[in-house]
Amino acid sequence: MKNYLIKNGRVIDPADKIDDMLDILISDGKIKKIGKSLNDKAEIVDAGGMIVAPGLVDMHTHLREPGREDEETVLTGTLAAIKGGFTSIACMPNTEPPLDNPAIIKSLKETIKRDARVNVFIIGSITEGRAGKRATDFHKMKKVGAVAVSDDGASVDDDAVMSGALEQSKEENLLIIAHCEDRKMSGDGVMNHGFIATKLGLKGVPSESEYERVKRDIELAKKISARIHIAHVSAKESVDIIRRAKAGGIKVTAETAPHYLALTEECCATYDSNTKMNPPLRSKEDADELKRGLKDGTIDVIATDHAPHTDSEKDVEFAFAPFGIIGLETALSLCVMELVEKKILSWPELITKLSVNPSKILGIDRGTLKEGAIADIVIIDPGKEYTYEKESIMSRSKNSPFINWILKGKASKVFVGGGQITVTDNL
Amino acid sequence: MMNGKKIVWTKKDLLGLEYLSREEIEHILYTAASFKEVTTRQIKKVPALRGKTVVNLFYEPSTRTRISFELAAKRLSADVINVAVESSSVRKGETLIDTGKNIEALKIDIIVVRHNCSGAPNILARSVKASVVNAGDGWHEHPTQALLDMLTLQSKLGRIEGLNVSIIGDIAHSRVARSNIWGLTKLGAKVTVCAPKMLIPEGIEKMGVKVTNDLDEAIREADAINVLRMQFERDASGAFPKRIDFFKQYGISEERLRICKKGIVVMHPGPINRGVEMSSGVADGQNSVILEQVTNGIAVRMAVLYLVAHAKRS
Repeated sequence: MKNYLIKNGRVIDPADKIDDMLDILISDGKIKKIGKSLNDKAEIVDAGGMIVAPGLVDMHTHLREPGREDEETVLTGTLAAIKGGFTSIACMPNTEPPLDNPAIIKSLKETIKRDARVNVFIIGSITEGRAGKRATDFHKMKKVGAVAVSDDGASVDDDAVMSGALEQSKEENLLIIAHCEDRKMSGDGVMNHGFIATKLGLKGVPSESEYERVKRDIELAKKISARIHIAHVSAKESVDIIRRAKAGGIKVTAETAPHYLALTEECCATYDSNTKMNPPLRSKEDADELKRGLKDGTIDVIATDHAPHTDSEKDVEFAFAPFGIIGLETALSLCVMELVEKKILSWPELITKLSVNPSKILGIDRGTLKEGAIADIVIIDPGKEYTYEKESIMSRSKNSPFINWILKGKASKVFVGGGQITVTDNL
Repeated sequence: MMNGKKIVWTKKDLLGLEYLSREEIEHILYTAASFKEVTTRQIKKVPALRGKTVVNLFYEPSTRTRISFELAAKRLSADVINVAVESSSVRKGETLIDTGKNIEALKIDIIVVRHNCSGAPNILARSVKASVVNAGDGWHEHPTQALLDMLTLQSKLGRIEGLNVSIIGDIAHSRVARSNIWGLTKLGAKVTVCAPKMLIPEGIEKMGVKVTNDLDEAIREADAINVLRMQFERDASGAFPKRIDFFKQYGISEERLRICKKGIVVMHPGPINRGVEMSSGVADGQNSVILEQVTNGIAVRMAVLYLVAHAKRS
């Protein structure tokens, strides 16, 4: 295996409180040494003007394999990850069939071994068939390598089922990632409830459908003293509920997605279904509160909720289109533009949200540049401006509202397990 | 009366009144007024759209709007094809965009579309080069209905600026209400919407209207009222009030009209539920302009078809 010496970069390793001009020596796929002006026979990688950080970790990706390979595959999804600077992703279990038993997870692991270009961690389902009726066997899930469980896309409605799942979660130390949505309230709504929905004549999804369920899930976690991670927080009330729960010592963590920071419900006005996601884009006040939550630590993680859908599924009437957008390739740039440039997060804080914290929460040995760690590294060109073109998208699906946006901040190289990959438009 | 300024029409589509300026709306009304004269002639046909083809693409059953568009196109000497597409809440078969492209491949000039999904005409319009005219989409807009309502108001009351107009009934699920609100407020009318609370959609006041649940308050100072059809057949949730209760509280009866200005103009987009939102006495009474609205509908649609067909495209 080739050795590399990354020189002249600004090394940001928040897990070890490092933010300095340092060199990193990679040897045998591991970080051998980190220090000033290192010399070695290894291949030199010049990172002048760049940020060198632990590879980004997305704890919320939909890879669609097995079952919907027309939307995304392990190969195309992980290529998209590289493009976005992610060296690890965790894939959600709402595949067809869902990842609700050890056999299907084992078979996906084979596919991953064959096709994946970055580390893929697997999230199993909380309930059989993601139907919310009967919990899966978390012990077995963990044994075959699931790093968490989630019924993402659906909420576990039944209190008793969710309580039982949290008991198992505590017992097995297997994290539950909760999709918080009370379907009785969200119904067949397609965008945020409020004036814009009224103006557009579209059915609304009230914030209550999210935050009432956040409240319930946190209550149950408290009762059982289990951990819980709240997925894709979009409503300002949810931020407040999580903030108070954390202050009260409840073991809750939370994530939001870049699109909730960069877009608002006003974007739905063109009826472009690439502005349709679940939870929906909300108001500017909600986006502002999410940013406050990121700043004060209420929200631990920025995750993409990368949800590929084909053009033919998306190019339809707003009400008929499926929810969700792709996000792996735009997440870093959007965070740079919305958070770093706007001085909401510093670079080390951003790397914490995009790499350190998701690794910690999932309990995976990533998100660090400590000597001896696996050499998963991203080299970021922080000032790079580029137009995000449809033709350049690595994901098999192109459902992004950011196409033709001018974005800033881009991964230029990643190292996965010590192997160097230069990020280009045709990986 | 018709103070339409000469403007150069540049829009290939008519998707909603939200997207039009005051000048553009006035220009349509001005153009419609001249076409109205045509419809009173012995020979009710002009060659303005000769050689052009109009498709009425209807995803939702409609008789009156479809006939009105068909007649308008025929009086402009266009060829007309009617296409009724079955549609349910679940998409099946050909997509809207594919249908639009196929129609376009037939060298059609104008697609008049009615759809149960809000925004469907917007999606269609950006997918085809043909003109798209919205004949009603979901709860979003029904621009030609609002334009014919405004043409009727203008011919009855001589102006729109400064008028008090109240829209009464199911505002939440009404595209007629939304288009009327955009159009009337742009032209300087003071608009009030009145309905039971459950039928007032969130944030509607941000569209520049006064909101009330009190019918007497809504009609007392009104120069005109536009009474919407209560669509009980669409109330799957069972949340609507009972028909009889609705009439008692929000129905327009002769007694109710006694508190109104003498010359109040009573409009209804049709079809009327007699005895639900309006009594027969009012529907057929001297304040009612309901049939005149139907007549004006043809003139307005002639104007719209004419303008979009001759739009100066950049």
